[in-house]
Amino acid sequence: MASNKYIVGLFDHEDKLIGAIRKCKKENVEITDTLTPFPVHGLEDELGYQDTRLHKAGFMFGITGTFVALSVMTFIMTTNYPINFGGKPNFALPSFIPITFELTVLFAAVGMVMVYCIRNGLFPGAVPRILDERITDDRFALSFEVDDSTSKEDISKVVNLLKEAGAVEVSSKEFNDDTEIFEVETSAVESIL
Amino acid sequence: MSHYESPIREPLIQGDNISYTKITDDIVATTEKAPPLSWWIGFIISATFAGIGVVAILWTIWQGIGTWGLNKTVNWAWDITNFVWWVGIGHAGTLISAVLLLFRQKWRTGINRAAEAMTIFAVICAGLFPLIHMGRLWMGFFIFPYPNTRGPLWVNFNSPLLWDVFAISTYLTVSLLFWYSGLMPDFATIRDRAKGKVRKFIYNALSFGWTGTAKQWQRFESLSLILAGLATPLVLSVHTIVSFDFATSVIPGWHTTIFPPYFVAGAIFSGFAMVETLMIITRKVLKLENYITVGHIESMNKIIVLTGSIVGVAYITELVIAWYSGYLYEQYAFANRATGEYWWAYAIMMTCNVITPQLYWIKKYRRNIALTFVLSIFVNIGMWFERFVIIVTSLHNDFLPSSWLYFLPTWVDVAIYLGTLGIFMTLFLLFARAFPVIAIAEVKSIFSISSAQARKQQLEENKKFEKDYKDSIGAEYAKDDVFDTNY
Repeated sequence: MASNKYIVGLFDHEDKLIGAIRKCKKENVEITDTLTPFPVHGLEDELGYQDTRLHKAGFMFGITGTFVALSVMTFIMTTNYPINFGGKPNFALPSFIPITFELTVLFAAVGMVMVYCIRNGLFPGAVPRILDERITDDRFALSFEVDDSTSKEDISKVVNLLKEAGAVEVSSKEFNDDTEIFEVETSAVESIL
Repeated sequence: MSHYESPIREPLIQGDNISYTKITDDIVATTEKAPPLSWWIGFIISATFAGIGVVAILWTIWQGIGTWGLNKTVNWAWDITNFVWWVGIGHAGTLISAVLLLFRQKWRTGINRAAEAMTIFAVICAGLFPLIHMGRLWMGFFIFPYPNTRGPLWVNFNSPLLWDVFAISTYLTVSLLFWYSGLMPDFATIRDRAKGKVRKFIYNALSFGWTGTAKQWQRFESLSLILAGLATPLVLSVHTIVSFDFATSVIPGWHTTIFPPYFVAGAIFSGFAMVETLMIITRKVLKLENYITVGHIESMNKIIVLTGSIVGVAYITELVIAWYSGYLYEQYAFANRATGEYWWAYAIMMTCNVITPQLYWIKKYRRNIALTFVLSIFVNIGMWFERFVIIVTSLHNDFLPSSWLYFLPTWVDVAIYLGTLGIFMTLFLLFARAFPVIAIAEVKSIFSISSAQARKQQLEENKKFEKDYKDSIGAEYAKDDVFDTNY
């Protein structure tokens, strides 16, 4: 279960962030989340993330669109509502191509965006845990989940690591489910040491 | 770290004291403070035109298509001209975001957001015309294939007009998704700066609760790349299908195989012209000159001169092929187009689309903002007349000389057209007021490589390296030819 307490280190440059991630890897410290204001090139490789499977989902949706378009048009034009256009074939594949293509793209795009939103937990009215308001502006953050069972040694190890890596700010953040949705309690990290 | 870029390349972000925060401040500022007077003036004028358009549309629906200038032979005129014109304008947005993304053109970051918004508004305006031309607007849903109680009765899947329905609605949907998925992170930026609770709540809802974790960004990049890959053939297909509306008919002047590539080039051409018109005003009014630079305008002008020349080649090819066909009616259609009663429309088209954009071969003119602004409007005019010429001149002298007529629009035709311009501008101004007009996150992602500041730093590093190298090998060996110091 997700805890409510995090140690957050903020960096002012993407290179420092990557330095800190490498340090964490070396010292075997598990990073809960990495947050950046823009996509940092090569970050997912540093974090050892798996490649996203979004493109595979897109392909499956696209193929579905192709199949739906072709089969529905074939059924309508040959079986359900065949019309004689000067003796031309009812199954007129070339003139089915444009709509087949459009529906392939439509299904792939709509399906992929849906999967994207679901997997990322994005929907109108979602209440995110905003660790720091400057993360969407100019700060690069590393967060580490802590709870009561986390030993003080582990916490100070993380804090020292962040400071050594050049973090401009290290603090502890606590989310209280009873308070306002965007409220987070920030305290000096020394208080939990 | 990011890849290396030559220090002599023109920076895409100008200005000396730019930082990530400064980028956020500059772009979000337009949504935070009261709009300038120029915005209000523009908004009132646009809304007035939009109102006139709505009145004319309601009058058309009340009274019927008889209120338009259509006659016995010209049964398709301003409505389809405007439709094709607006769809064409709607092509630049997705082209900028999709094709330029696939080609890794970084200059797209400054203009893609506004261009995509423009695309959506233009496609909305385009979609109005087929709807009101139906006459009975409330029967509009008949164009969609759905199981119904009228016996097995379906739409005709062999008709290009139905392909259009699918093409335009798919294009609108995909453009909207592409645009919105890019907007989410920027809405989150606005949310995190918001002071008031209501503002925070609204922008959080708009951002879908974006936080910016590495996994979100990874999926974001994957999504935009694949959507770009899908949208690129989509852009080409949409105008191809629009051109099929004409090309698959048997009217001399329409029944030509050159139409699909010719229409696509023309669409990109007119779309970029509209982007320039809007961007030149936007950068000035919203003070975004550091992000939409002269370099951006020059890049767009290069595309304009390329596509304008393609269009020019297409015009001439059409004439040559008509002559070469040896087919009297085809030859007459084109001779009449260029020298008949509508010679003036043909002349406007040729001048604005083919001749004036050739000025952009000269670098000085490509980088001249005032000239670009004027020429971009010329291109918009020229491309409207291109569609008018294709449509009306092919129809007005039909197969029976006794029914030949000259087409003249009525006030309703004119008011609906001006009305869509008003609707378009009203939507764009509202967008510029409430949304980030530049993709904040994407501009930040090129900041450390392509900004003026990064260039300066690079040059200093290069100079230092050069000095160290010369020192290390000794002055007598360090000839000038080792380094080119004239950056």
